[in-house]
Amino acid sequence: MTYALREAVAAFRRAPVLTGLASSMVGLALFVVGLFALAAYNLGEALHLVEERVEIVVYLRDDARNQEIELAHGELSSLPEVQEVHYVSKEAALENARRDLPELGEVFADLTVNPLPASLEVRLRPGYRTQEAVDQVSALAAAYAFVEDVAFGRDWVEKLFALRRVAAVTVAVLGTAFALVATLIIGTALKIAVFARREEIYIMRLVGAKDGFIRRPFLLEGAMAGFLGGVLAVLLTYLTFRVVYAFLFTLEWIPTPWVVVGTLAGVAFGVLASGFSVRRHLREV
Amino acid sequence: MIHLDNVTKEYARGGAALQDVSVHVRKGEFCFLTGHSGSGKSTTLKLIHMAERPTRGEVRVSGYSSERTPEREVWKVRRRVGCIFQDFRLLPGRTALENVAFALEVTGTPASVVRARAQRLLAQVGLAPKAGAMVHRLSGGEQQRVAIARALANDPVVLLADEPTGNLDERATRGIMELFWEINASGMAVVMATHDLELVRLYGQARVLELDQGRLVYDSARSQAPAISKATT
Repeated sequence: MTYALREAVAAFRRAPVLTGLASSMVGLALFVVGLFALAAYNLGEALHLVEERVEIVVYLRDDARNQEIELAHGELSSLPEVQEVHYVSKEAALENARRDLPELGEVFADLTVNPLPASLEVRLRPGYRTQEAVDQVSALAAAYAFVEDVAFGRDWVEKLFALRRVAAVTVAVLGTAFALVATLIIGTALKIAVFARREEIYIMRLVGAKDGFIRRPFLLEGAMAGFLGGVLAVLLTYLTFRVVYAFLFTLEWIPTPWVVVGTLAGVAFGVLASGFSVRRHLREV
Repeated sequence: MIHLDNVTKEYARGGAALQDVSVHVRKGEFCFLTGHSGSGKSTTLKLIHMAERPTRGEVRVSGYSSERTPEREVWKVRRRVGCIFQDFRLLPGRTALENVAFALEVTGTPASVVRARAQRLLAQVGLAPKAGAMVHRLSGGEQQRVAIARALANDPVVLLADEPTGNLDERATRGIMELFWEINASGMAVVMATHDLELVRLYGQARVLELDQGRLVYDSARSQAPAISKATT
């Protein structure tokens, strides 16, 4: 193993341009994946924030009794889909309207009777903010006799869920495509690096080195190129993140596990690509 | 030690490179393998170090049979056979010493003895003073000596040389040939492929095998009338 490690390091010293180029190509390929991950993560976060605003408002009839309201409050709160139920009295509704709609201040000031109904605002748990859950909880709430109406901004919710489906498919398709392109680029870069040393493989075979012994330094070299490429990709992605954050708009940095997985993916690609290339050359002698 | 029994080698493109060749090279023997280009000399050497397998027949080298040695165990054969080529096949960007040490390292020689042994091998081929020189700065003859030192690294029983003097001038050729004779005198068999008939004549005491279109047409160990002299007189 000492020999393999020494030779892998020596390969960087003997052919710095070639190994540097291979690492850079791995880095650039993973950088594209990193940018995609940054965009996908922030898109997911944005959708998540919007989803948090999905709320079902159950408007109550003016003649609804407190006992009935409390019963409904308890029943709705106990549903697995429901995170919390908040009661908004007629007075609170008017107060909210005055605060949220200042342009209608005069209208509200002239009122002798409060026309706004009391309501139960139902928020869903994360993971249940789906079209099905919204429909199900709305139907349950609408079944109460003292309920005037149930609103959840049907059009808006439908659009949101459609957008989420499109985003999920886009992320999956583009993610796969980017990963494939990165795999091809990394594979080609390391194939070139191994090809440049095919004579070395030939001579090793000729003098009686075992295949495993021949393979080891190349696998290590692939792992090192993959790791360096991974680190380069993380640095470039982080640089882009800082620039976008400073000059364009606010966004969030991708979670650390994603960074670790990305870098490890570089190492794994490096090892696999080198392994396949060496295997091909081993068959030549 | 080396047995070729009714060996035929055919390629999918290019037809038969060797046809029904049977040869036995004994321990410590010096053999010239001669013939025109394409006569099957290089193919014969490749079959001996098992870079190629015969289409029919069997090759046995120091107890290893082409029929019973799987690809993953070819390294065992390679350690019994030293190979030298016309184009030297040295690793550029490394010194003479590193090129020889490389053969020792990759075959698992303990690191503590690699350097001393590589230096001894270079001394054996007369290149001790050039141990630290980068191989691309050495002359053709010197590079071939490095290749010979590398081929001797694992104490092979036979040295296979494919046109080893093809790229060398007369003086360097003489030096390499003398080295081969010294190595052979120590008990190691040498099989040297060459189309240089002058060289073959100059070292008349060696066994001569002549190939023509893949067939063994002359073996000096069996015949009294060398085909070479007939062909060239």
